[in-house]
Amino acid sequence: MLRIAPTLALLVLLGPVFFGLLATIIPAFGYFPALGGETLSLDPIRNLLSEPGIYRSSMISLWTGLGTTVISLLVVAGFVAGWSGTNWFRTMQHTISPLLSVPHAAAAFGLAFMITPSGWLFRLISPEISGLTRPADLLIINDPAGLSMMAGLVLKEIPFLFLVTLSALPQVKPRRFAHVATSLGYGRMAGFIYCIWPRIYPQIRLAVFAVIAYASSVVDVALILGPTNPAPLAVRLVGWMNDPDLTMRFQASAGAVLQLLITAFALLIWIAFEKIGGFFLMMKRCQGNRFANDNPMRIFVLVLISLSIGMVFAGLAILAMWSVSGLWPFPDVLPSSFSLKSWSRQIGTLARPFWITITIGVASTLIALVIALACLEREQRTGNTGGNRAMFLLYLPLLIPQASFVFGLQLFFLMSGIDASLFGLVLVHIVFVLPYLFLSLADPWRAWDKRYGFAAKTMHAGDNRIFWSVRAPMLLRSILVAAAVGFAVSIGQYLPTVLIGAGRWPTITTEAVALASGGDRRLIGVYAFLQMALPFIGFSIAAIIPAVLFANRRDMKASS
Amino acid sequence: MEISAKQPLVLDNIAINLEGRLLISIDQTIAPGDVLSVMGPSGSGKSSLLAYIAGFLDPAFSASGRALLGDRVLTNLPAEQRRVGMLFQDPLLFPHMSVEENLLFAIPHSVKSGAERILRVKSALETADLQGYQDRDPATLSGGQQARIALMRVLLAEPGALLLDEPFSKLDAKLKSQTRKFVFEEARKRDLPVLLVTHDEIDADEAGGKVFNLENTEEQ
Repeated sequence: MLRIAPTLALLVLLGPVFFGLLATIIPAFGYFPALGGETLSLDPIRNLLSEPGIYRSSMISLWTGLGTTVISLLVVAGFVAGWSGTNWFRTMQHTISPLLSVPHAAAAFGLAFMITPSGWLFRLISPEISGLTRPADLLIINDPAGLSMMAGLVLKEIPFLFLVTLSALPQVKPRRFAHVATSLGYGRMAGFIYCIWPRIYPQIRLAVFAVIAYASSVVDVALILGPTNPAPLAVRLVGWMNDPDLTMRFQASAGAVLQLLITAFALLIWIAFEKIGGFFLMMKRCQGNRFANDNPMRIFVLVLISLSIGMVFAGLAILAMWSVSGLWPFPDVLPSSFSLKSWSRQIGTLARPFWITITIGVASTLIALVIALACLEREQRTGNTGGNRAMFLLYLPLLIPQASFVFGLQLFFLMSGIDASLFGLVLVHIVFVLPYLFLSLADPWRAWDKRYGFAAKTMHAGDNRIFWSVRAPMLLRSILVAAAVGFAVSIGQYLPTVLIGAGRWPTITTEAVALASGGDRRLIGVYAFLQMALPFIGFSIAAIIPAVLFANRRDMKASS
Repeated sequence: MEISAKQPLVLDNIAINLEGRLLISIDQTIAPGDVLSVMGPSGSGKSSLLAYIAGFLDPAFSASGRALLGDRVLTNLPAEQRRVGMLFQDPLLFPHMSVEENLLFAIPHSVKSGAERILRVKSALETADLQGYQDRDPATLSGGQQARIALMRVLLAEPGALLLDEPFSKLDAKLKSQTRKFVFEEARKRDLPVLLVTHDEIDADEAGGKVFNLENTEEQ
């Protein structure tokens, strides 16, 4: 079992990506016998290019992908540079971690509920400051330039990039170098960016790429906050993929290939940014530009990151409040009455998506956990980590637009007859659960003091006994947290669930996003609240189990 | 595979290299009940000798030669079948187990009777002067108590030899001499060959056996 673990992991991760891409690209050239495409042709591509606004849709995807990444990375780099090692930093660390588990769609709904003309921020200043007694006629969310969509993405990518940076930080021993730079008269931020950032960035680079790929091809956030006329490319693709006219599948394939190219182009532009940024930094460094007085900048970054975190928390609170609100007319900051009517009315229709969500989440997490543990245990026994190449393969499903390969996977399943089965859904969720689960588990697993294993060996304990009696229990907390991360990732999946499930396996997330256009805030509140509650429950269980099991074991307490 | 009559620990022409540099070259026999102290400054690679004998030498090192317990060649066996006990610089008591569970972990599986296993734990705790500590959390014990439990744990596994990797270096002076005395006494009682590596001359003096100095890689 252990021997085949790495192969199995690669198969589970790359198999769907490979066959998915293949089954996307071939129909783009008109060939898909099951749908009557018997010969190669360029018609699908011609049809795609003659779609109105296709150029603008592509540009929106490119722009939101790069914009989201630039803003998120600048805020994270600025905050880490300006504040690492301070109490503010530690506080932020604890505040930000739970945000990672909030599904994108829930965060996007939260933002929408804050910033729309009838949203909470306007209520806060109305009517006293703004003079409004009715919602202003402003286009804020779904703005044509995609700014609100970008804001929604930034809110979620800041926590992601921050936590990835955090795990890279200790390896470069930032303190010592920071002190050297400060003693030479460099400002705190400049010293960090010159001396430490260049060694952090290579470690988080794949995560940055994943952000670009995600933000340039996202569907759920785009449906909630994105422009509509035209919509970003990925949203239009999904429309064609679900078109009742099956021949639209060919055009959808061509569109999926275009999406692939747009994302690849975004990555190329980013690599150019990297070169320019690196050159600029080197120039400043060699000129000895010290930026000694960086307090205004530090405070600016602190305000930015606090605002972004505060916005998510406030948005989620408003969502929850809508789900239990009775009458809540416009300029009121709080509902005039509370009621559980929205919940009681939904209980019946909620049950099925709820259990489907749990089933897929638990199944994909358990399978991914077994694979990840087997890979890590094998790595421990053979001493072979697979290095950078393994890391790249692990990230690969996150670097390819979901729309591009999941659509092909749908066609592939269609041919093999496992379309819309729960099995197919679990399989496609594992593709995204496994990388995050593995990344979360690998660091603590590898950091375990191997001498405990040596000590056990001198007492005749074999590898299996060491795994079950020593290592796994000692790392139980990390194992459960990784499982909770995996579960949260599964809860958040929108596109793979919609495409592979073909509408027959609704989850809380697909139901929530489907409500976006309807605008019933109480209903959205109910679904979005569940969306954020489920991952939270997962993390709570992960915290409670070891706390109970090891209540009398001081060295088993959570370290930070 | 009960080892009743104690056997000598034989280090047969062992040489350990790191990146082409010879760290250790040793050819010694340690009789049952004797102690051999290997002295060397930190960084001299003396711990790698113990790792080689116990079976978990880092692959960055290359080693030749054999370690034998009597006529049983250890270096061909997987680490868990060698039956050499080892004490590390830290007690390494498993933090998720109680003191009793730590000790039970070490008792050979061939001892099936639960009552007998519990009895062995009890008598080991008595030897360590820690009667009634069964249910304690190891993290709440003092450094000296942890060191004694760690020794008892190793001995309960019924090893044929004992390897000591500076197990006293992190204790304060008074505790160090008490613990040291306790370890050597218990090893002698059981007639175990003991291999100690240390940079502390007093360790070697107290051990009372032969001293092998690594600096010139020759016997003194």
